[in-house]
Amino acid sequence: MSFEPTTEPASATPALPGQKGRRALKTAGSFVWFVVTIALTFLGLLAITFFIGRVIPIDPVLAVVGDRATPAVYEAARIEMGLDRPLPVQFLDYVTDVLTGDFGMSVSTGRPVISDLARVFPATLEMATIGILMGIAIGVPMGVVAAARQGSWVDQTIRVFGLLGYSVPAFWLGLVGLAVFYARLRWASGPGRLDIFYDGLVPPVTGLMLVDTLIAGDYDIFWNALDHLILPASVLGFFSLAYIARMTRSFMLDQLSQEFVTTARVKGVPERVVIWRHAFYPIRIQLITVIGLSYAALLEGSVMVETVFSWPGIGNYLTTALLNADMNAVLGATLVIGAVFIFINKISDVLYRVLDPRAR
Amino acid sequence: MASARAWLLADSPTSRLQANLGRLYRITGMLLRNPLAAVGAAIVLALVLTAIFAPWIAPYSPVGQSLQDRLLPPSAEHLMGTDELGRDIYSRVIYGSQITLTIVLLVAVIAAPVGLVIGAIAGYFGGWIDRALMGITDIFLSMPKLILALAFVAALGPGINNAIIAIAITAWPAYARISRAETLTFRNSEFIDAVRLQGGSPARIIVRHVLPLCTSSMIIRVTLDMAGIILTAAGLGFIGLGAQPPLPEWGAMISRGRTFILDQWWVATMPGFAIILVSLGFCFLGDGLRDVLDPKQGDKG
Amino acid sequence: MSRPLLDVQNLRVSFPTPHGRVEVVKGISFTVGRERLGIVGESGSGKSMTGRSVLKLIRAPGRVTADRLDFDGIDILSRSEKQMRAIRGARISMVMQDPKFSLNPVITVGDQIAEALKFHTRLPGSEIRARVLSMLEAVRINDPGRVAGLYPHEVSGGMGQRIMIAMMLIPEPDLLIADEPTSALDVSVQAQVLDIIDDLIRSKGMGLMLISHDLNLVARYCDRIVVMNAGEIVETCVASELHNATHPYTRGLLAAMPTIDESREELPVLDRASWGGT
Repeated sequence: MSFEPTTEPASATPALPGQKGRRALKTAGSFVWFVVTIALTFLGLLAITFFIGRVIPIDPVLAVVGDRATPAVYEAARIEMGLDRPLPVQFLDYVTDVLTGDFGMSVSTGRPVISDLARVFPATLEMATIGILMGIAIGVPMGVVAAARQGSWVDQTIRVFGLLGYSVPAFWLGLVGLAVFYARLRWASGPGRLDIFYDGLVPPVTGLMLVDTLIAGDYDIFWNALDHLILPASVLGFFSLAYIARMTRSFMLDQLSQEFVTTARVKGVPERVVIWRHAFYPIRIQLITVIGLSYAALLEGSVMVETVFSWPGIGNYLTTALLNADMNAVLGATLVIGAVFIFINKISDVLYRVLDPRAR
Repeated sequence: MASARAWLLADSPTSRLQANLGRLYRITGMLLRNPLAAVGAAIVLALVLTAIFAPWIAPYSPVGQSLQDRLLPPSAEHLMGTDELGRDIYSRVIYGSQITLTIVLLVAVIAAPVGLVIGAIAGYFGGWIDRALMGITDIFLSMPKLILALAFVAALGPGINNAIIAIAITAWPAYARISRAETLTFRNSEFIDAVRLQGGSPARIIVRHVLPLCTSSMIIRVTLDMAGIILTAAGLGFIGLGAQPPLPEWGAMISRGRTFILDQWWVATMPGFAIILVSLGFCFLGDGLRDVLDPKQGDKG
Repeated sequence: MSRPLLDVQNLRVSFPTPHGRVEVVKGISFTVGRERLGIVGESGSGKSMTGRSVLKLIRAPGRVTADRLDFDGIDILSRSEKQMRAIRGARISMVMQDPKFSLNPVITVGDQIAEALKFHTRLPGSEIRARVLSMLEAVRINDPGRVAGLYPHEVSGGMGQRIMIAMMLIPEPDLLIADEPTSALDVSVQAQVLDIIDDLIRSKGMGLMLISHDLNLVARYCDRIVVMNAGEIVETCVASELHNATHPYTRGLLAAMPTIDESREELPVLDRASWGGT
């Protein structure tokens, strides 16, 4: 499982602004284009999940009713699922259902998939957010330092560290983390979001445990939740850290080879200012893109980590559904993760162009 | 020796063979001078040799159970200890290299040519063919790969073959993008025009003249992707959707060891080291290849 | 002139390549006083590397050695990076080739000029701003208040280079190195930019090292000329004596220059064999 985002950040040289009026028109045009591409990509995602759910299985009815169903039950299910109608019609129905929030019922939980997803999603969001924050806080300075000392042992170490982010299986790192920090050192709490005896004490408001405990004013549970969160979030954070550090390093190297950096040195500007003000400042927007992509990748990566930590998020929901062959739940979770992923990807892509000072 | 070197490094080679060998010699030389790349190449070579000679290297059978020897810690007799069925973990890791190598090779063999051809067709013909093909490619590219692979395996059913298919389905779009970009850069160049004037058909131009020019960037990309493919395959195995027991697949082995992680840590950790080592090897090699073959690319993406 | 501003003896600059270290500057010696010295040569002759080594801007794996590299009695080669910072900008500065690349694209012009002053003086902010504006005026920019707030991509190439000059001269250095200061500019503004440099250099009594490939231009704006080829100095002469140059390379360059009342059918090509050049 690679945490590397599948799309690459925009290049460093955006178009310079033209006349104001033309630019406004262009902005409106690119906004329309943005919406169209997002819509098309979503449609593509739906087509893929539809394909997976209805076309690949040799007999989707059998998957739902089981092989001991009587012919009558089988036929009823077939008609209920709309499988007697032509594929394009079925696809249209499917799109309508999804757009109205009808993802079908989960076989394993017996509830509508959409309400299951709404319940589990905040847990994933919480973990991924803490993870990305850790990744930014450590990864960006690491990348800058590596670039500033290119070729030194610091740089080599950081480079290898960054490559480890591409080579270590997340589930393995999670297991090792549990063995070391939970079982041996007792520094962190074990699997789950809370200790068992705290379960259900905090009324869910946002679904984010850290926020809900603060709203309830229950600081004991807050610390317990944080204690449970820190290990899985660190595991996730490691992967975003590796990616962010790697990208920061490469952007910085790009900048440090520019003439204007030499200009700054010619002026007698201290190296610290050369690095942070002259080289880092221009790349901060590219970094926002990278961070966005990395965040999306973390939502995906949480599948493995959640499985290891029994974290009741969307990843865990997905793997449980996979093992129970609960196709509605699988496709629902795939759709939601896919949609969030696409959305963050596209947003990060555009954000760059909107925020760049050169386009002001 | 010295004259052989001079022949290889000649500035104006007199034959195509000399040019190609010279290029190969220079690339190998540069690769070996780059310490990380050399380490990577050594690891990948070791993986291949291990997979080929597994029966001779492994001290025990990968499936032979021995219940009185279960869950033994690492020792001289069992380098990596034994698992819950008394199987020698070291031997299983050695045999596991065959599975990993198979997965990686099959995915590369399926996905790279598909991507290559789609990208080259899109780039060469342009127009609506390009837009349609790249539209599909972009949609696949903006999906989360692992999730997509999971969903495909869920529909296809668990098993190593289906895992390979699912990973290949998610891997081709990146290659299509690369080969399209490469094709665009020389679609209108004069040597392609020359072939066209000689009456070369589009298929011939693409296969004989365009695709060969995409190979170096393709090799870099495939090598860099190997780590991701290995991790995805291991992840599928870990969840229980990839290789099925008793196959000694590394991800599945970690999954079995999960139960014992707190007391018998070696059962889950040892196969993990194998995954890391091999993935890292491909990363190093890919990085090094990129530095050597395509220096201007930097290390983006 | 008791002691020259810059005294360079046997300067060598080398870079590693797959075929071993290659010297791009091969043991050159020259001095610069409070005068205008032109360094001429084609690209790859090592003239830019010479300029950069004076500021100690050549980073590893490049290597600079010299029997002597003294600026105003200071041994440049033995200075630490920190000590060099006090010299760069404040005492020696450099105008670079293309303002499109040599100005930071995301910092305003005014801030970039102010920065040159900020790290060498302890002036209050208001004073710095006033100095920036008057410096912009000195390089003949109308409406300096507005220009100071612009980003580099919002100004023309000629104006960008004047901003560069302002930035490099604001701490009032003793020596200015101008590395191809006009080759990225339109012909129409080249003379204007050089006139500004010339003006400011003379009025402040500074030294100038004008590095260029353009023999004509150097002859017009400099007092003395050094001709470089393949990392070596092949000729040193007073600008007015240039037509009496003896080295075949210089003669070749002079012969290749068209004149306004041209009667030749074609311009001669440099005959490199005559002096064993590359």
